[in-house]
Amino acid sequence: MNGVAPLLSVRDFSVDFRLPKKFLKPRLILKAVSGVSFDLMPGETLGVVGESGCGKSTLGRGILRLIPAAGGEVIWLGQPLTKISARDMRPLRAQMQIIFQDPLASLDPRMTIGDIIAEPLSVHRKDLPPRERRAKVEAIMDRVGLHPEMINRYPHEFSGGQAQRIGIARAMILEPRLIICDEPVSALDVSIQSQIINLLKRLQREFGLSLIFISHDLSVVRHISQRVMVLYLGKVVELADRDTIYGSARHPYTKALISASPLPDPRAERAKQRLVLTGDLPSPLNPPSGCHFRTRCPIAVEQCAVEAPTLASVSPDHLVSCHRKSEIQPDEKST
Amino acid sequence: MTGTDGAADRAEKVEPILSIRDLVTRFETGDGTVSAVNNVSLDIRPGETLGVVGESGSGKSQLMLSVMGLLASNGRVSGSVRYRGQELVGLKPTALAAIRGSRIAMIFQDPMTSLNPYLTIERQMTEVLIQHKGMDRTAAARRSLDMLDMVRIPDARRRFKLYPHEFSGGMRQRVMIAIALLCQPDLLIADEPTTALDVTIQAQILDLMADLKREFNTAIALITHDLGVIAGIADQVAVMYAGRIVENGSIEDIFYRPGHPYTEGLLKSMPRLNGDTDADLPSIGGTPPNLNNLPKGCSFRPRCGYAEPVCEREAPALRLVNDSRSAGPHTRACHLQSHSPAAAVRLGSAS
Amino acid sequence: MTDSASLATPDNRIAGRSLRADAMRRLLRNRAAVTSAIVLVLVTMACVAGPMFLPWALDDVDYTSFTTAPDFAAGHYFGTEANGRDLLVRTLYGGRISLLVGLVASLVSLIIGVSYGATAGYFGGGVDNIMMRVVDILYSLPFMFFVILLMVFFGRSITLMFVGIGAVEWLDMARIVRGQTLSLKRKEFIEAAEACGVSSAAIIFRHIVPNTLSPVIVYATLTVPRVIILESFLSFIGLGVQEPMTSWGVLVSEGAANMQNAPWMLWFPASFLAITLFCLNFLGDGLRDAFDPKDR
Repeated sequence: MNGVAPLLSVRDFSVDFRLPKKFLKPRLILKAVSGVSFDLMPGETLGVVGESGCGKSTLGRGILRLIPAAGGEVIWLGQPLTKISARDMRPLRAQMQIIFQDPLASLDPRMTIGDIIAEPLSVHRKDLPPRERRAKVEAIMDRVGLHPEMINRYPHEFSGGQAQRIGIARAMILEPRLIICDEPVSALDVSIQSQIINLLKRLQREFGLSLIFISHDLSVVRHISQRVMVLYLGKVVELADRDTIYGSARHPYTKALISASPLPDPRAERAKQRLVLTGDLPSPLNPPSGCHFRTRCPIAVEQCAVEAPTLASVSPDHLVSCHRKSEIQPDEKST
Repeated sequence: MTGTDGAADRAEKVEPILSIRDLVTRFETGDGTVSAVNNVSLDIRPGETLGVVGESGSGKSQLMLSVMGLLASNGRVSGSVRYRGQELVGLKPTALAAIRGSRIAMIFQDPMTSLNPYLTIERQMTEVLIQHKGMDRTAAARRSLDMLDMVRIPDARRRFKLYPHEFSGGMRQRVMIAIALLCQPDLLIADEPTTALDVTIQAQILDLMADLKREFNTAIALITHDLGVIAGIADQVAVMYAGRIVENGSIEDIFYRPGHPYTEGLLKSMPRLNGDTDADLPSIGGTPPNLNNLPKGCSFRPRCGYAEPVCEREAPALRLVNDSRSAGPHTRACHLQSHSPAAAVRLGSAS
Repeated sequence: MTDSASLATPDNRIAGRSLRADAMRRLLRNRAAVTSAIVLVLVTMACVAGPMFLPWALDDVDYTSFTTAPDFAAGHYFGTEANGRDLLVRTLYGGRISLLVGLVASLVSLIIGVSYGATAGYFGGGVDNIMMRVVDILYSLPFMFFVILLMVFFGRSITLMFVGIGAVEWLDMARIVRGQTLSLKRKEFIEAAEACGVSSAAIIFRHIVPNTLSPVIVYATLTVPRVIILESFLSFIGLGVQEPMTSWGVLVSEGAANMQNAPWMLWFPASFLAITLFCLNFLGDGLRDAFDPKDR
């Protein structure tokens, strides 16, 4: 993979939310994402996991410039996106798309699905004659498993899984190089989830897509990602390839997340040693000093309150942000 | 595994505290009649945790709302629900409310919907005790505080005076559990209690529920779409599809010897933390049926890989599965004669 | 779609049922709303076509009958007024003006209000702040005073009345649409459009405006009667339409003056006005229920 230039490079990327100012009080700034860096290779899937409020959705939207960045850089094929104007950004949007958690909310209820799927064409391929546009829409509907006869139907006539297929069709119609998937299966039933995961994997193979797959569900992420990035309160705590994360995670938060994910297997679920974190997520408005995770960390030491750990490698391509990373032995994963 | 089989053994001997027979729930809507629950029969025994699994629209929530008499105004219930022998269907709302507050408690996915945002937690907790148990204010406050400690709310004395919005999601769900358990109910109905929570918080709440169950011997009906949650806590499992129970049995039977193609498909389509990742996930094709226009015969037939002509003609009844390994009664609603689907795949066995 | 039709057309698509079609279906089941709509159509048709079938013109004076009660033999079905003009024909002409004022002024308020509100709501922040402060300032102007001033300065004219009423009525509409837009803006389909690179103007007019239409249509239906009353009021105090043209407001005003000796001069125009307003309100309520069945 070394010879290939990354499709997307994110460097020290931060997003802030400025909260409405209250009378006679300083304006509060919420650091939703801070100092995130990673590379995404063509055809690769990066899983982004973390609990609610960890900034995973914000990161996805920030990369696409749907919300403004506070600092850092997003480099798309060598071109820094954070610097260019909104007008210059527009043609690039054809190459990067997003699909959302709530499939029905992401479709305009007043438009037929044919019009919804064709919308990107109406922006980026204005020259396309109506007949060809329709042919393209029908072709992509077929690719994502929708009957082209349904082209004149409205979103509310579809179930969640079908609506998500429509969202995917809209994202795919311009044949983009990157799709950011923001919890695309969280709102779907189990039996439908696997259909959508399989569809995304298939499209990725066929079109050489890169995916950033954002989810709170570790088992779903495991099935689709090559590499996994774990976020906690806006910061990367661990980044490694999938088997390392699931087999020999080093960061105590990653370990806790994995051990908290329920297994659909009663014997294994009841036998496993659970690492249950105490307490709640601290307020992102007022994160703990030093390491953000120290308030819930079972192995925190004094140093953790004083100094924020940096993301450093413990082995090639395995980055961990923990003062005690060298002391933690990866679990022997029993399979 | 000894723990799970013990419960199933006991299952046959003990009188159920809640016994549902042929429960049917229909909703009249502008678009026709919605058959939310169709001929459901279930028993819940003391100290037992029953997991009710199903996808959205499977009728699992409506089943429990029907039991509690909490249906929307256009809903109609028929059949029988007996709580310790007392018929609940057709009972006067006031009598039902008395049972609901003290003998059967319920917690929901979003605790905010059942907590009053304008009252402190103290008021909301003590009022339950004053009303149902006739306690005075100080005794009620003492008992409420004990309960908050029991559900492991740190610094309970200070938080007692707070309003619901000042709690985090996980804390709110703990408060809800504390309120639900105040009158020491026989049965706790938990409708997706952890779905809105993060996994690390979910793990805390599930541990708490398991501890409380041991401590108070409360029967729990846990409604969820998540087989992982069921796997950790349930003794018995009922799988619902399109308003029907398609399979019912001990947790071991359901997870390791599933008899219904739908159960089998659900288990196989779950993404897991172990096993093969490069192959496609097995999935159930199609989509769940429309409840105001159910297919003829077996509701699962259009999505079933084993469907035969008979499946279209008549809806299968729940019948005992002939399996010598089953510890308790294991029933399924399927025309398939052989026990083939489950035998072909050994799921999650011997890990 | 029948079988033969589907065979005949090669382009055999499954037609979707849009939200609007759904709403229409619910509306058609609402008996009060349907009756109101029918009555409104009848009244409108009578006002538009009626005068053509009557022997009297708007300003024909029947010198044989001044202030006479309804007289079928003479052909004055509604009687005549003080100047000997046929009341039926005047009521119908008056209806034309009143309905036209109601329709045009509501349309003006609809167009201005919807674009203004959607723009303010979509851009938010400073733009929204400034635009909504302008609305607040306009709100604080005494409206009657404003219209009266217009009339006094520029003379009485129907066009000016349309402009005057429309220019004020859009304020409510802008606020409603802005509120709707603020909640729509957070919806993921707007974000999806942004991610595709759709321009702001296209997002506002393709995605936001159509989705605010249901409350807007309802509100517009309820604006029409308000505007008709406003026009009646202006005419009543002598600032409305000019003789010989008339409106329901003018007729009611004249009728009120002659209530003692010629009650029919009040009765007929007043009942037309009341029935129309009544039906418009019923239709508005019906539309609201049809669009938002959950809100009942």
